[in-house]
Amino acid sequence: MVVLGLVIGFPLVGFLILLAFGKRMGDPGAGWFGTIAVASSFIAAIATWIVLLTKHGSHRTQVLHLFSWFHAGAFQVNFAFRADPLSVVMILFVTGVAALIHLYSIGYMKRDARFHQFFIYLNLFVFSMLVLVTANNLPLTFLGWEGVGACSYWLISFWFERPSAASAGKKAFIINRIGDMGFMLGTFLVFLNFHSVSYSTVLPEAHRLPTGTAEAIALLFFLAAAGKSAQLPLFTWLLDAMEGPTPVSALIHAATMVTAGVYLMARLAPILSLAHAASFTIAIIGVITAFVAAMAATSQTDIKKIVAFSTVSQLGYMMLGIGTGAYVAAIFLMVTHAFYKALIFLSSGSVIHSLDNEQSIRRMGALAKLMPITAWTMIIAWLSIAGVPPFSGFFSKGSILEDAFGRNEVLWVVGVVTALLTAYYMGRLVFVVFYGNARWQEVTHGHEPHESPRVMTIPLIVLAVAAAIAGLLNLPYSGLRFLHDWLSPVFGSALVNYPLSTSEKILLPATDAVVALLGVFLAWRLWRSHSERKALEPTVLFKGWYVDTFYDRTFARGGTALAKLGDRVVDPTIIDGAVGGVAWTFRWIGGLGRKVQSGLVRSYLLIMIAGIVVILTYVLVGAAR
Amino acid sequence: MPGSWYLVVAALLFGLGTFGVLTRRNVIVMFMSVELMLNAVNLTFVTYARMLNDVGGQIAVFFVLVVAAAEVVVGLGIIVAIFRHRATITVDDISSLKG
Repeated sequence: MVVLGLVIGFPLVGFLILLAFGKRMGDPGAGWFGTIAVASSFIAAIATWIVLLTKHGSHRTQVLHLFSWFHAGAFQVNFAFRADPLSVVMILFVTGVAALIHLYSIGYMKRDARFHQFFIYLNLFVFSMLVLVTANNLPLTFLGWEGVGACSYWLISFWFERPSAASAGKKAFIINRIGDMGFMLGTFLVFLNFHSVSYSTVLPEAHRLPTGTAEAIALLFFLAAAGKSAQLPLFTWLLDAMEGPTPVSALIHAATMVTAGVYLMARLAPILSLAHAASFTIAIIGVITAFVAAMAATSQTDIKKIVAFSTVSQLGYMMLGIGTGAYVAAIFLMVTHAFYKALIFLSSGSVIHSLDNEQSIRRMGALAKLMPITAWTMIIAWLSIAGVPPFSGFFSKGSILEDAFGRNEVLWVVGVVTALLTAYYMGRLVFVVFYGNARWQEVTHGHEPHESPRVMTIPLIVLAVAAAIAGLLNLPYSGLRFLHDWLSPVFGSALVNYPLSTSEKILLPATDAVVALLGVFLAWRLWRSHSERKALEPTVLFKGWYVDTFYDRTFARGGTALAKLGDRVVDPTIIDGAVGGVAWTFRWIGGLGRKVQSGLVRSYLLIMIAGIVVILTYVLVGAAR
Repeated sequence: MPGSWYLVVAALLFGLGTFGVLTRRNVIVMFMSVELMLNAVNLTFVTYARMLNDVGGQIAVFFVLVVAAAEVVVGLGIIVAIFRHRATITVDDISSLKG
């Protein structure tokens, strides 16, 4: 399994070399170097996959043991990485999409003052994510988990000259700490029950777990996943994360950080499958998140915020899949989402790039003719995310909705309504940005926007092809269910099967297709020649349901008030009182001693002689006894 | 004359010397009182040497005398220095060691 080591090793070495020599490589050398590091990792990932393909059954889980990290008593943690069908799927699309984003960044970040630094962070980000997905035990997963958290902080606040970017980075970091608490408590609980934190030990024995404990573990890890994967109520950081450069948004949203929560849940599927109540809770939270975020996305005017809400919404779908036991469907959606979401972000980035960092869709429009590649790739991404057949989203979202239907019809209804909204808000984006009137004159001072350089358009084209055909990975009701066959051994009995009648097998996909086309049609009717429709963009949605405002009013202001109370009351009286009191006491005792130190030799002598008399008396009396 | 009488005289001399050191203000008189205490000790040494038939006590007297002589030299030097500096040898005026 040395080849797995290479997958992780290439970005690490890339990071270290860039750290040492990145500045000298400069622009664009450092960018090309970072890209090659990740591309090599992608090739190694393919090799890992081929190695596993040649094996059968349980031999498809292989562990690369490097060294013992720490152990205390019965508690032992190894630096061990795991190649199994699930982690191989992850490393394939993480490195693949990340390599394309690296390539794109060479164009996007051109002439940025800290060009090489950007690639240092990117490589470290990819390395952390690979540690996260290939780790063979919970603490090592947590190491990667925190690694992507730290990198996201650096990357979101990459343009830290802007106060908003600096605070967005902090916000992402802090909100994720809430989830991390769940991760740690969950790990402790796992250790208490299994006396091990290694997946190789825990997962095969998960079935011994008492139901109550399984529910608790599932909910704790879901708290962690809700932080990373931006579920209700912890999604607000993801919107602020748009302050980072667009390739960062693409990387975080498509291939790395936010998928980590879904991956973690899938990894722990054997435990989750025992926790029925927790699973159902996850499904409900997932579908509500999907709906709420999709509603908010319909009213945003910042192009990246639309896409960010769309990510939250899609992650909600994935959690819905996890919660209904449709782990393969969730991973399937994650893979296709990686393609089309990366594509949407990079296309948006291409637009933003050509309009001198303008992000408001109100100042775009009519760009399709000027930027044909960007426009067409964006349209493919739109049709994919909308679920228009035969694009990939139709199959991946469809399989999630099918299982939701099998679990509970209400989940399905909300899911379908969200699908309609998805097709609609993405259509709104496409029509307002690429069609209608040109409204960018004041941004570009009359110059015409131009298509992005080839280093940026090539990743767009590659991703567009992937987004269009990725449905082939798992075609329903056919022998061509590669992903399902490949992943089934990992999930085993955890995977839930909802039998559908023949009519349902036709009606459900048909509904999906009709709904998607309806959304597309609505967007076309309402937005093809408008850039603004106040009635369809209520403030409550524009403000993201006031969740952020609520946090600001309660936690942020509450915390500030508490701090002020401490500053004005607790600190001056209690703390200063205690500290001052201690000083005063010792000064008083010292004052007593000071009086003896008169400087008069005779009084010293008197004390000395008195002391001698006392000691002599004591000794003599003692001797007499 | 029994040896214990000598010891009583020595004790009286020592107490007298102590009293002198504690009550007098003139440094030179205090100094003389110290010498008196030393001589009281010397007397004790000699007495015990006789009583125990051991010359060790007599030898100790020589050491005490040597140390006393050295002390006088150093002490007088200090006293002269203080007098030059502050024009007084009254100990109560000299309180630089105050805390």
